Amino acid sequence: MTTIAADPHDVHAHDHHDADHKPGFFARWFMSTNHKDIGTLYLIFAICAGVIGGAISGLMRHELAQPGIQYLHSWAMLMDGPDATLDQAYHLWNVLITAHGLIMVFFMVMPAIIGGFGNWFVPIMIGAPDMAFPRMNNISFWLLIPAFLLLLGSTLVPGGTGNGAGTGWTVYAPLSTSGSPGPAVDLAILSLHIAGASSILGAINFITTIFNMRAPGMTLHKMPLFVWSVLVTAFLLLLSLPVLAAAITMLLTDRNFGTVFYDGLRGGDPELYQHLFWFFGHPEVYIMILPGFGIVSQIVSTFSRKPVFGYLGMAYAMVAIGVVGFVVWAHHMFTTGMSVNVKMYFTAATMVIAVPTGIKIFSWIATMWGGSLTFKTPMVWALGFIFMFTVGGVTGVVLANGGIDDALHDTYYVVAHFHYVLSLGAVFALFAGFYYWFPKFSGRMYNEVLGQLHFWVFFIGVNILFFPMHFLGLSGMPRRYPDYPEAFAFWNQIATHGYDIMAVGVLIFFINVFWSLFAGPKAAANPWGEGATTLEWTLSSPPPYHQFETLPQID
Amino acid sequence: MNSPSIPASSDLARRNRRVLVMAALVALGSLGLGFAAVPLYRIFCQTTGFGGTTQRADETVVVKPVAGRTMSVRFDSNVAPGMPWEFYPEHPTDTVEIGARDMAIFIAKNVSDKPVTGTAVFNVTPTQAGAYFTKIQCFCFTEQTLQPGEQMRMPVIYYVDPKILDDPDNKDTQQITLSYTFNPVEPK
Repeated sequence: MTTIAADPHDVHAHDHHDADHKPGFFARWFMSTNHKDIGTLYLIFAICAGVIGGAISGLMRHELAQPGIQYLHSWAMLMDGPDATLDQAYHLWNVLITAHGLIMVFFMVMPAIIGGFGNWFVPIMIGAPDMAFPRMNNISFWLLIPAFLLLLGSTLVPGGTGNGAGTGWTVYAPLSTSGSPGPAVDLAILSLHIAGASSILGAINFITTIFNMRAPGMTLHKMPLFVWSVLVTAFLLLLSLPVLAAAITMLLTDRNFGTVFYDGLRGGDPELYQHLFWFFGHPEVYIMILPGFGIVSQIVSTFSRKPVFGYLGMAYAMVAIGVVGFVVWAHHMFTTGMSVNVKMYFTAATMVIAVPTGIKIFSWIATMWGGSLTFKTPMVWALGFIFMFTVGGVTGVVLANGGIDDALHDTYYVVAHFHYVLSLGAVFALFAGFYYWFPKFSGRMYNEVLGQLHFWVFFIGVNILFFPMHFLGLSGMPRRYPDYPEAFAFWNQIATHGYDIMAVGVLIFFINVFWSLFAGPKAAANPWGEGATTLEWTLSSPPPYHQFETLPQID
Repeated sequence: MNSPSIPASSDLARRNRRVLVMAALVALGSLGLGFAAVPLYRIFCQTTGFGGTTQRADETVVVKPVAGRTMSVRFDSNVAPGMPWEFYPEHPTDTVEIGARDMAIFIAKNVSDKPVTGTAVFNVTPTQAGAYFTKIQCFCFTEQTLQPGEQMRMPVIYYVDPKILDDPDNKDTQQITLSYTFNPVEPK
């Protein structure tokens, strides 16, 4: 893709004297304006949020291990006091699904993939000393903390039948308006507002950085694909998040100030909320996956020792996915009573997205074709990503059919689909990127054996966890219930075993991280060899506190 | 190492500010569009009949009935929970010639001992018939006030637009259900 003219040692030979001068602990981590430190903060935050969100899914999975109510009622007693009713227990279930969805989307995947990897590597990959607005970068990160605390705090205050916001991550009206009295839903909405503001500021920062701060010679068409993916993602954030902000602001005024935007009985329309939400929500799923595409492109190229096949096609495929992603939203609403023609349009438009996505999948395979492959940990995660994302993509094409969706809407088939593209797609890209760049941001190598073991245990676990959900969905098991008939017991049992295997994989991950941070061998500037051609590998591991005080020249 | 093309830092700061302002304007525009969606969505539904939104015409409109082609119209009536009204159609169904004006009567009675003002929301199913169900006069266009114990006969004058016969989406439509729900209007 790009070749770097400067000798790696030359690039920062001049800035060695004071480039590594770091401020004291408090100033460095709490008032940080350094893109690498903020990236690290984002990653730590995302890991913490991911542990919480993952633990919640564990609670749900074990409740679902057998038909009937196992633990839910006793958890409700813990939360709401010893005389909690069964209805309060069911409300707690809704709170759990809501919290799991919101945490994983807004506080795990987005902070990790955009805030973490984006902050760390976008400036370095384009040869910039830092982000365009370092102080705004600091605000973006620190807004997430109160947002997360508001969401967690909402579980402690009344939200209707019991404590907490039990609206689902979609916060549909009228459940979220007249259906949920009490402050919990207000707190959750405010949490989304603040997290959204954080992301919009971050998006503006990335766009400005990528447009203005590229090193001499780093044209748009020479940028690494990860930078392209973050650029497209930033535009999606900029265009879609304000629509969510508008939609949930109207929820707030409907709840508190007597407006009737979504009140069908008083001249409003609850379906309008669904349109607004999904106008945001569909681009949001690409916001979560596009940076993953970028990461996987870098890794596949590095470990095939070849430039990415069809670089321009790969870049513009992401642009195309981003653009078309804005005109397919109502495929989430096929069962709201649309006419056949509207369904036909949204079915066809949705399927069009499979074309640029297919271009990406085939280009990754073509990159590997004839390459000099090494199957290091980041590469096996990237291959896992390609496999899982393709499985999720295929079920996505199935669900894109308005007619089929009538039968499968709100069943476990949908749960299986979006966990294959997100929980397995985006999360595999996150792990791939984490292992790929771990030597760069920590200065130490991870343990290869543990990394491979983590992959295989996790890979087997998540497939046992999520693949049976296809069968459950096809036989009609609905989403969002804590209980189910005996007929669904077998595959639910299997899925719960899958969760436990996955959890062991996560444990291996943490052992690897802590072992490597303290005892891992020192990493070279470029541990991956000649396949790693992007600028971060020209810097030491970890990079100097301030890099590129003299900008690199790109041919 | 010379880097002749690096812009001076003040120049970069100026260019960064320009992109910042433009991106912020895009975000604000997007926010504005989010709120503008409320009236836009209403207009969209009214003009296309999307989601079963009925059409409106005035007295002067002249429509030629199509001889021999009829449509069954069913009347559905509801009151919001807690609203002290009885509300029902005089005849639950009616068969009209397509294009011909027809009048349906709804009867509402205030069964409480206080005056109650209500307003009705309305809709037709199947939703694709909304674009062809045209009301000339309806009690639902305005607020209605009933004194304690008062009973009122409320007319709806409507016709089914003959264009429905040319719409392939409506070729199976044999009956249109017109539904009303009365809601209390809070005294101002």
